[in-house]
Amino acid sequence: MQMPEPNSGVLSNKARIVARLRGVLAKDAVIDAPEETRAYECDALTAYRCPPLAAVLPASTEEVAAVLKICHEEGVPVVPRGAGTSLAGGALPTADSVILGVARMTEVLDTDYANRVIRVQTGRTNLSVTGAVEEEDFFYAPDPSSQLACAIAGNIAMNSGGAHCLKYGVTTNNLLGVTMVLMDGTVVELGGAHLDNAGYDLLGLVCGSEGQLGVVTEATLRILRKPEGARPVLIGYDSNEVAGQCVSDIIKAGVLPVAIEFMDRPCIRATEAFAHAGYPDCEALLIVEVEGSESEIDAQLGVITQIARKHDPVELRESRSAEESAKIWLGRKSAFGAMGQINDYMCLDGTIPVSELPYVLRRIGEMSKDYGLGVGNVFHAGDGNMHPLILFDANKSGDLEKCEAFGADILKLCVEVGGCLTGEHGVGIEKRDLMGTQFSDADMAAQMRVKDVFDPEWLLNPAKVFPLSASQAHRDAERDVAA
Amino acid sequence: MPSPVDEREVSDAVAGAEGPLRIVGGGTRPVGRPVAGKVLSAKGLSGIELYEPGALTIVAKAGTPLAEIEAALASANQRLPFEPSDMRRLLGRSGEPTIGGVVAANASGPRRIQAGACRDSLIGVRFVDGRGTVLKNGGRVMKNVTGYDLVKLMAGSYGTLGVLTEVAFKVLPGVEAQACVMIHGLSDVAAVAAMSKAFGSPFEVSGAAHSPAGEAGQSVTKLRLEGFADSVAYRAGKLRELLAGIGEITIEDDPDRVKAMWRDLRDVAPFHRREGDVWRISVKPSDGPAIAARAGGEALYDWGGGLVWVLVPAGTDLRARLGAFAGHATLIRASEETRGRMSVFHPEPAPVAALSEGLRRQFDPKGILNPGVMG
Ligand SMILES: Cc1cc2nc3c(=O)[nH]c(=O)nc-3n(C[C@H](O)[C@H](O)[C@H](O)COP(=O)(O)OP(=O)(O)OC[C@H]3O[C@@H](n4cnc5c(N)ncnc54)[C@H](O)[C@@H]3O)c2cc1C
Repeated sequence: MQMPEPNSGVLSNKARIVARLRGVLAKDAVIDAPEETRAYECDALTAYRCPPLAAVLPASTEEVAAVLKICHEEGVPVVPRGAGTSLAGGALPTADSVILGVARMTEVLDTDYANRVIRVQTGRTNLSVTGAVEEEDFFYAPDPSSQLACAIAGNIAMNSGGAHCLKYGVTTNNLLGVTMVLMDGTVVELGGAHLDNAGYDLLGLVCGSEGQLGVVTEATLRILRKPEGARPVLIGYDSNEVAGQCVSDIIKAGVLPVAIEFMDRPCIRATEAFAHAGYPDCEALLIVEVEGSESEIDAQLGVITQIARKHDPVELRESRSAEESAKIWLGRKSAFGAMGQINDYMCLDGTIPVSELPYVLRRIGEMSKDYGLGVGNVFHAGDGNMHPLILFDANKSGDLEKCEAFGADILKLCVEVGGCLTGEHGVGIEKRDLMGTQFSDADMAAQMRVKDVFDPEWLLNPAKVFPLSASQAHRDAERDVAA
Repeated sequence: MPSPVDEREVSDAVAGAEGPLRIVGGGTRPVGRPVAGKVLSAKGLSGIELYEPGALTIVAKAGTPLAEIEAALASANQRLPFEPSDMRRLLGRSGEPTIGGVVAANASGPRRIQAGACRDSLIGVRFVDGRGTVLKNGGRVMKNVTGYDLVKLMAGSYGTLGVLTEVAFKVLPGVEAQACVMIHGLSDVAAVAAMSKAFGSPFEVSGAAHSPAGEAGQSVTKLRLEGFADSVAYRAGKLRELLAGIGEITIEDDPDRVKAMWRDLRDVAPFHRREGDVWRISVKPSDGPAIAARAGGEALYDWGGGLVWVLVPAGTDLRARLGAFAGHATLIRASEETRGRMSVFHPEPAPVAALSEGLRRQFDPKGILNPGVMG
């Protein structure tokens, strides 16, 4: 992975920069000893590592502003960090950067059930937002599988999704407001407990901007009342085509399940060996979950199973109790862990139009043979967000490179059939160099112009999202125009 | 009047423009500060390009009539989740609303409170920026975080950042049945509390509105339920139990009457053909009654109290009366003279205004796209 040359001026001013940061933060909130900055050298994309110049852990919006002001004056790049669970290398430092972690900012600032909003500091983990409102039977809808660990900060930066987004949407649909600090230390308030905006939708622009437009310190999130109940049905098929057709027919029938999960044979076998969930050994497995009262659930599952039966399933198992539901979900929830038991894996995240599902799965199977690397597919079928898991051996030389090339081919295929490179994990450094397959130079330039407005010196989260050659060319051109 | 029929022609028209352009779709929303300039109509860009009911997605050219889109969706028993309003009768306009105009205004009706705004359903755009460059963002799939989200930025930018040429939406299944639970005679404060209670229940309310003037001299608070028939009946009963004791409750379940009721709410029918200016105020629902009281005039509440429509005497700047509050007020209907004299959109705090201005300059460096329309 190509990264920019560290700024030697910044490296040689380390002592002064660290001293200035110590001047505005608590003593233990500035980390600069090499053995300690190591903890911040990567996120969940562990193939790439680089210790930062220093890491800081501010406790408030004011402290974040003070840090950014200093870094701005010193020309130091800043990499915002939540919990470091990004799978795209979104929080990967550069050697000349300061990691700005919000891990100490975990307070709930206001819980307002009447207006169905909660205000939190963004270091708070996703699951503990729901935890804060659970006793009143409320919840925060976006539920990434990493929700125990990941922070709202990272969720906002990546516009994270989850298994239930077919019904509830992703982060951007559940985010009502933020406090954000710009690179020069200016604090801005976007949105709030009211809906929509007075002018441009800057909140929508910030959500998913991968920490490149500002550091988000507080957020107002929509909370919802929990449904009366939820129950899944498990359906097995002998062909991916038929499973895909079943999904489409369910949707066309006017039922809106909260989740439609899909697993293919390699993934079913791996999870079965690992979790013993009692899944059938078949080509494709669907888990469809619906919500409501007992009778509403029965009615919806009735419609779904009737459609499923028309397609001649090899197995159809309707959950009748909480235990049965848990068992149906058990395999799906352990899929990543199960694949990890077999081998190292890389998790992809492209989205395709759901109608292309059978074709894409067939092509992935063919490519898997060509590359000689196994692949399992588990994904959100209702919205076309695929998660192919490519198996490789990190200790075998050349395997990682081969895996990355395979991954790139799959993502190109996703774009080719009308989809996109990433449905929820973000571009980061991982997919940076593939951006040109989805966007024209002009499309990318339009996005980079947004960056120019929010962070004219391009100090925030450098070297992510845009290919380095493209961002360099863009900035050179802007400089020429200015001169 | 340039009336391009494809993206290339839009690009040529913008690149070759020597002065300001006034971008129009159906011309049914004379919103914002009046713009002088040569009219650039998007009407020639018309037609549904892709509709996949099984994938819940539709893609159409920006000048496609909204009615055509809604008819296509209805034929597969689907719909736009955000229930776009039809402002013609409120604004005294004729013409055919286009889907591009809906996006440019981020126009969202009563279901916004449950299913999100237009911007939440919008998954892709193609547009021509002020340099004449053809750009795209998002796409035709509902989960997409590739690059910055310019889709959201374009929604509600009133043609000031680009001329939309194509838009893509996530759609939802239509419903088998609908019903309206009505509570009679509540004060504004009690009505907002009742609506909050309903939204705080698991019964999936898809609209909540309150009309103080109501019917026959009594206020009416309306809660809409949609879905499969049995489920709607079940939830209506549950809501009646939940809200028992606060006022007289009736349930309307005639589908045509329920539909008409919410169409009227969506289109702000009580203010049709009435003298005065119409403002639209977005606040935290529990702040609604206090804001309405400060505004004076006549109020209508939607979004559980979070959207307050007010009808006030013509020509005054309501914001002076409202003072500082968390939210925003937009002048929706007023004479050209009034709209030319005061800022129609709520002023943004300085650092936010600077960002907006920066974006405007990046996307429209010559300042030719609907200049000044957003103040
Ligand atoms: C096992 C596993 C399962 C996962 N499952 C899912 C899933 O189902 N759905 C999904 O969407 N993702 C999933 N992810 C990916 C990841 O958890 C999400 O991207 C998550 O939102 C990252 O949050 P974080 O707090 O860990 O952010 P980090 O990894 O710390 O950072 C992510 C990005 O956010 C930026 N950032 C962090 N804090 C701020 C801030 N305060 N202001 C501005 N920018 C900031 C960073 O610079 C970086 O670009 C999974 C990851 C793992 C390891």
